[in-house]
Amino acid sequence: MSEKITIDEVRQVAKLSRLKLSEDELQQLSKQMGSILEYVAILDELNTDDVEPMAQAVEVRNAFRADELAESLPREDALANAPASDGRYFLVPDILKKG
Amino acid sequence: MTVSQLLQQMESGATTSEQLVKNCLNRIAAEDETIHAFLYIDSDGALDAARSVDAKRANGRPTGLLAGLPVAVKDNICTRGLPTTCASRMLEPFVPPYDAHIVQQLRAADAVVIGKTNLDEFAMGSSTENSAFGATRNPADTDRSPGGSSGGSAAAVAAGFAPLSIGSDTGGSIRQPAAFCGVVGMKPTYGRVSRYGLVAFASSLDQIGPLANDVDGAARLLQVLAGYDKRDSTSINREVPNFVEGLQVPIEGLRIGIASEHLVEGLSEPIRHRFESTLDELRAAGATVVDVSLPHTKYCVATYYLIAPSEASSNLARYDGVHYGRRTENFDDLIDLYAASRAEGLGPEVKRRIMLGTYALSEGYSDKFYQRALKVRRLIRDDYDTAFANVDVIASPVTPTTAFRIGELVEDPLAMYLNDIYTISANLAGLPAISIPAGTDEAGLPIGFQLTAPAFEEFRLLKAAAMVERQQEVRS
Amino acid sequence: MSGDYEIIIGLEVHVQLLTNSKLFCGCANKFNPDNPNVQTCPVCLGLPGSLPVMNRHAFDLSVRTALALNCRIAEFTRWDRKQYFYPDLPKAYQISQFDLPFSHSGWLDVRVDDETQTRVRLIRAHLEEDAGKNMHDETGSGAGSRVDLNRTGTPLLEIVSEPDIRSAVEARRYLEELKLLLTYIGVSDCNMQEGSLRCDANVNLHIPQDDGSKLATPIVEIKNMNSFSNVEIAIEYETRRLFAEWQETGARLGDIPKTTRGWDADRGVTFAQRGKEEAADYRYFPDPDLIPVTVTQDEIAGAKSELGELPTARADRFKSQFGLSAYDAKVIIERGPRFADYFDAVVEVCDEPKLAANWTTQEVLRELNDRGIQADEFHITPIVLGTMLQRVRDEKINNAGARKLFTAFLEAEAVAVADVDRLIDDMRLEVVSDTGQIEAVVQEVLAANPGPCADFRAGKQAAIGPLIGQCMKKLGAADPKLVRSTIVNLLTE
Repeated sequence: MSEKITIDEVRQVAKLSRLKLSEDELQQLSKQMGSILEYVAILDELNTDDVEPMAQAVEVRNAFRADELAESLPREDALANAPASDGRYFLVPDILKKG
Repeated sequence: MTVSQLLQQMESGATTSEQLVKNCLNRIAAEDETIHAFLYIDSDGALDAARSVDAKRANGRPTGLLAGLPVAVKDNICTRGLPTTCASRMLEPFVPPYDAHIVQQLRAADAVVIGKTNLDEFAMGSSTENSAFGATRNPADTDRSPGGSSGGSAAAVAAGFAPLSIGSDTGGSIRQPAAFCGVVGMKPTYGRVSRYGLVAFASSLDQIGPLANDVDGAARLLQVLAGYDKRDSTSINREVPNFVEGLQVPIEGLRIGIASEHLVEGLSEPIRHRFESTLDELRAAGATVVDVSLPHTKYCVATYYLIAPSEASSNLARYDGVHYGRRTENFDDLIDLYAASRAEGLGPEVKRRIMLGTYALSEGYSDKFYQRALKVRRLIRDDYDTAFANVDVIASPVTPTTAFRIGELVEDPLAMYLNDIYTISANLAGLPAISIPAGTDEAGLPIGFQLTAPAFEEFRLLKAAAMVERQQEVRS
Repeated sequence: MSGDYEIIIGLEVHVQLLTNSKLFCGCANKFNPDNPNVQTCPVCLGLPGSLPVMNRHAFDLSVRTALALNCRIAEFTRWDRKQYFYPDLPKAYQISQFDLPFSHSGWLDVRVDDETQTRVRLIRAHLEEDAGKNMHDETGSGAGSRVDLNRTGTPLLEIVSEPDIRSAVEARRYLEELKLLLTYIGVSDCNMQEGSLRCDANVNLHIPQDDGSKLATPIVEIKNMNSFSNVEIAIEYETRRLFAEWQETGARLGDIPKTTRGWDADRGVTFAQRGKEEAADYRYFPDPDLIPVTVTQDEIAGAKSELGELPTARADRFKSQFGLSAYDAKVIIERGPRFADYFDAVVEVCDEPKLAANWTTQEVLRELNDRGIQADEFHITPIVLGTMLQRVRDEKINNAGARKLFTAFLEAEAVAVADVDRLIDDMRLEVVSDTGQIEAVVQEVLAANPGPCADFRAGKQAAIGPLIGQCMKKLGAADPKLVRSTIVNLLTE
């Protein structure tokens, strides 16, 4: 089964990924993703009906920590890398603002 | 000089850490403009740390396992107060308020962090050409790539900028550059080294590992990196054996497995030749070479290129210009802020993988792509479990070719991905693997030899690697 | 709840768990709205390289809650990433549970009123992390939103009910019963004002058709209700609005997707909210940074046995074992577990449940309310009150005496058990029952009051009153009936 991806699907994926792409980029990605998806279709050769997915490389279970307090960062450190802040909060443009 | 020799020199007083660091810094100043292994050099911090260690030694106080040795750290590992950019414009301004676990371990061992090395952006790539701050050059031939994504770390050791360096390996990102540059590079068992502070690319595949000029150096560095960290849920709580003592004692009757599936079309002739020769050298040293089968080898790259981008698309979603990192100056509203910041901050390979990963996880496709790949992953792991019933280690080439030229593959993503064909399966299976220098081709370009061991058998792996290394010395 | 249609309601409730630290890191789990961004660390800030580690106590509290809600506990559970972009979500994903939640299929029995009870089934309860707080610019000056990440990573239990609720009142009662239960077992404060309980309601109508079938209208999700009574009012409003809308459009379930409406408490209306992302694709997948959890049957049994007495069972015990009225049982239970513990402790000492109920639900409760304290902070401890009530039971003091004694307790700073009898002595509250003593005093009083005696003998019944009074005064405390009969006997000899 050969898998290709349409430019509209690429546009939709770009939206989901929050990536602003130019038309050229979209075209190029559509081709590149298409050829990669075509390559990975090799997995269709296999019957994996009775196989458990292996999400992790470790067979560990129940990794917990105790309900103990640890020191938090001072506010200046928490905000130090913020692109915009008023010294107390992170600042973002209002969600509904336009223009 | 080897790590062992440097430690002896410092211990005997023949040299000091400060002197070592100065030597490294001088060398960097002379040659890194060409090589571009480093993104950031912390001269003051390194000299301060070096002097502290020297003082400790002078006062007879106990010092750590790597006391006074300069170490270069890949720039996707958080170092408090020092920039950690992941070679991305997105994190160009980022200075972490915390140290990665392994950085704490390094400091506790009295190692001297000398600087941060270049990488493919967010560790995505096999050539270090995807760095937003310029490609690193292979010290063996500066027209060529050092490999990637830990190209800077490999080049730093190969060029003598530091005796030790730290990389990360998700699909071969330590071993492939180690092979291209002619140094030792190792990926430990998944869970052996804490990922706390390693900027995540693909969480179930990423591991931090050592690079050095020789197996002994890599073993000493691994000794300091390994160990349980309760801040990483995937860190394994298991005793860390002594990797250094007895390293040079050969393994009697070592059984080495080779898989026919590995010796396929596309493997260049010089590499095939050196691979066969190295096996002969090992036979001469008493090892047996056994045929094993890893039938799902041909599915590894496809499996990896579904799992890794899927996890990456999720791990990199946080780079949105809101809480840290670079924010665009051109936006209409919040969604635009995200989309433009990410478009401006992230390079083409990163975008490609995010797109692929988002698609593979999206509704209606997740079962077909991501979940399916996880199932094939188990088949790949099962292949290794079966094979290791009969052999102690599995040998294979590291790369299909020697170092390619800069610019040669960067336009063809799929061709670039196929570079990882020999290294990927160890990440998928979570097994430890190492690349040891095993000669060069006619042009003098380094060729690597890879060994893989069962989970948590790093000592066995290192001992076998030391055997290979000794045979190389015998040969030369 | 009109004859015109049936209201179908499902509630999705989020409660913040009472742990010391957050779900995946050691930052404090504390409501701290005035001091932004001081309870954060690389993990809950989602800094590059940070990793989550699960808080054991949060998981235990979750299991405790699920068991109290009669849920089945999964033997294997894991956490998934729910991915979306929003400024209060620093990792751009929320660690939640998708297809393998730790519990499912429970129920909560809800007393709607004195006659009616209904069982609301629960689909599932799962454990996830909270997001931060995004504060929109209310002034509209374009200054933008402010983000406080103190709250990110707080452990949240999401409890999803089946659409079994059939009226706005039932919805409010469900929340009240849930709060009662969860505060009883100590897992959450369930305080809607502080945000430790949040509720969204999914509502639609089933409208009977002429052919006997029922037509279902599209579902509306109501958000932003900030009190239990607001939940009731909002649902009432919305059902009326839905019916009117249906009459106009005739839209059926499936014609349009689920819509979201916010409740505006000031104007008393719901308003359409912009959809989050047209049918958001959360791209759930198991979080590779976290390890699955397995729970054994033994562990479940152990947790169940540690559950303690749930409020319904406790109320039943009060009624059946102690013979309390439904009303008294309700009052005690609803005042919370510490108050019920106080009551139980008093009963333990005096073995008089009804007497204890009277005193605790009236005198004690009044004092607690006046002083704004909890029962275990009250300086009149259960053993003191219980001892006093023993004396009442044994008729050593009577009710009037008990009231005087209680007042004395209140005025003291501290009361020890020994003070009970000491004060009874000091205040001469002990009821005299020795007939010889009573007769002697009566003789004295009669001798001093010839007039009233004569009046009584002459047939004036009322004349005995002051005589009784004087005797009582002299005796301190005594059974007035006994005094009266003694007087009568002596006067009619």
